Amino acid sequence: MTNNQSTKRLIGIFAVGATLLAVVAIAGLVFSTMGTFLVKGAPHLSWSLLSEAPRNNNTEGGIFPAIYGTTLLVLIMTLLGVPIGTITAIYLSEYTRPNAVFPRIIRFAVNTLAGVPSIVFGLFGLGFFVQFVGRGMDTALGNDTALFGQPALIWAAATLAALTLPVVIVSVEEALRTVPREMREGSLALGATRWQTIWKIVLPNSTTGILTGAILAIGRGAGEVAPILFTGAVYSLPQLPDGITSQFMHLGYHLFVLSTQSPDVDKTLPLQYATTLVLLGLTFTLNFSATFIRSRLRQRQMGR
Amino acid sequence: MESEQTQGITPPSDISSKKSSSQEHPFVRRKSNLGERIIERGIALVGGIAVVLIFLILLFVLRESIPLFFQPESKAIGAKSAQTDKNAQKASNDETLKPDIYNPDIILNSAESETIFVPEVYNPDVSLPTQVSSVSASAPVPEEEQDESISLANVLGNAWQPVSTRPKFGILPLIIGTAKTTIVAVLIGAPLGILAALYAAFFVPRRLKEFIKPMVEMLAGLPSVVIGFFCLMTIGSFLQTLFGLDFRLNAVVGGIGLSIAVIPIVFTITEDALSAVPKSLLEASLAMGATTWESAYKVMLPAAFPGVFAAVLLGIGRAFGETMIALMATGNAAMLSASFADPVRTFSATIGAEMGEVIWGSPHYSMLFFLGVLLFLFSFTLNAITELFIKERLAKKLQGG
Repeated sequence: MTNNQSTKRLIGIFAVGATLLAVVAIAGLVFSTMGTFLVKGAPHLSWSLLSEAPRNNNTEGGIFPAIYGTTLLVLIMTLLGVPIGTITAIYLSEYTRPNAVFPRIIRFAVNTLAGVPSIVFGLFGLGFFVQFVGRGMDTALGNDTALFGQPALIWAAATLAALTLPVVIVSVEEALRTVPREMREGSLALGATRWQTIWKIVLPNSTTGILTGAILAIGRGAGEVAPILFTGAVYSLPQLPDGITSQFMHLGYHLFVLSTQSPDVDKTLPLQYATTLVLLGLTFTLNFSATFIRSRLRQRQMGR
Repeated sequence: MESEQTQGITPPSDISSKKSSSQEHPFVRRKSNLGERIIERGIALVGGIAVVLIFLILLFVLRESIPLFFQPESKAIGAKSAQTDKNAQKASNDETLKPDIYNPDIILNSAESETIFVPEVYNPDVSLPTQVSSVSASAPVPEEEQDESISLANVLGNAWQPVSTRPKFGILPLIIGTAKTTIVAVLIGAPLGILAALYAAFFVPRRLKEFIKPMVEMLAGLPSVVIGFFCLMTIGSFLQTLFGLDFRLNAVVGGIGLSIAVIPIVFTITEDALSAVPKSLLEASLAMGATTWESAYKVMLPAAFPGVFAAVLLGIGRAFGETMIALMATGNAAMLSASFADPVRTFSATIGAEMGEVIWGSPHYSMLFFLGVLLFLFSFTLNAITELFIKERLAKKLQGG
């Protein structure tokens, strides 16, 4: 009996220990990645890196065009994706009952969209936006040379907008749900129509949520490289992109090419670590501000 | 679907029509109602965009891959791809290469090389049907030989050599490569994610509670290209010196990298599933005299099992679809080997690596899109299983139980 008891204790210690070990392993992963990039990247961060253009076949100089291209890309992506995602969320939470068929189909599609591999979005961007829409526009406008029918900033942004759509929809819908039912009912009882209620009551009270969705989408979109591989990103450019049809440099793509296809990988190693740090800084700032806003939002909801 | 949309909008228009009948400002009211009705119709239309997007993705990825399997279009696309490719140039004056996959290309290239062989990078392959048909009529291609070359045997073969005079599109090495990295990733990532979620749910000291979730979110926030870079630079060398491996980049290194992407997914979904189990189960178990770990492992985990299963499935989906990590950390050699210490090449990495250099419209191009179709279908299936089967079952189990 005592033997049985001690075996049970041992299993218990083992069972709890295994979970603790898993957490320690994850913490190890987080700290080793962060530590590596901080230690190896921080010494090479400088103002000239952030502000200068690359020189000598991208082996020297700064990464300003890549930062500029990434910023421009996520900006256009946000302008394209966030309105659509917000409207979808409004439709799902304000105009439909949760158990009706069509909203369930939409939810299924949103979840499926979130699970589609990012490289497939890249193929979709190439096959649909560049080849179909872009060339269609060229034909319609009568362009002799390919203006829209080539990889470009606008197509990369559209592809990323499609990729980040689920992120926006889910977080905006969550935000819309934090608006209390009483406020909607009060508005409707005072004679406002449903659209007036949404426009004047629900949306102003969920702007933070929409902001969170946008920030999360940007954080996700800024780090994705696979979808823009064939839809507009290039390794080096003579000048900054000057329109939505030009190609652009991108931090993540820059890092990828520097570390795998550069003729002299070792020489650019400091540049690679510094680029990684800039990219991480960008995505983490965005993600943490989103998490912060969201936790404030949840507290507000709890407080009621 | 149309009827569903209108159903969704019916309540607001009902309300507004009642309002307009209440005599106060009939004219003004009605005008705004019309505007609102348009807005609401618009919202319903935009709401369906996610559904449309899914269809568009499948449609257009499939559309680009179809020429691979259907003769007429293969000819057509091939004809349009008169491009500055080394294959085409090499073969343009070599008529002996006839029984080849690239055959239509090659012959037509030679026929057209004077006229269309301009340094134009993108061919308008959608907008030129008339020219194409005339070209393919002027350069007849032996049908039987073509049927042989684009056969299923080639696709199911065991060599992936897309860029050669006699290209081989055997996807077997890619399947094996993808399977190897996915297995490693899930074997590492799933237990870590599940156990960490158990710890966070049941065993965590109060002080650490606010610490674990941000940590996992940090891991989730790592861009995949950064994870790939980390594997390439650090994990690869580390494992090589530790075990004395022949190859610095191999299936295990890639798998470890992918597991970094898998852990947050498994953790989050498992945690959701555990917190969806009613607290009364845990309380009952503890009240019966079970210890915390017994309650966690023997009551709560089985109760949340469908959710955990869904977490693992979605983890698999992430692992096999992930591109940048696989592209940077697996070594990218399409080898047919069972060893996990050999370099591998996955589906997604193949698309990522080769699409940049391929001729638009060539069989190779179509083949890469076909790989994309396979990826899409696989992820769609996994997702459909979790959505339709597992979540339903979980809900039923927790409500009925």
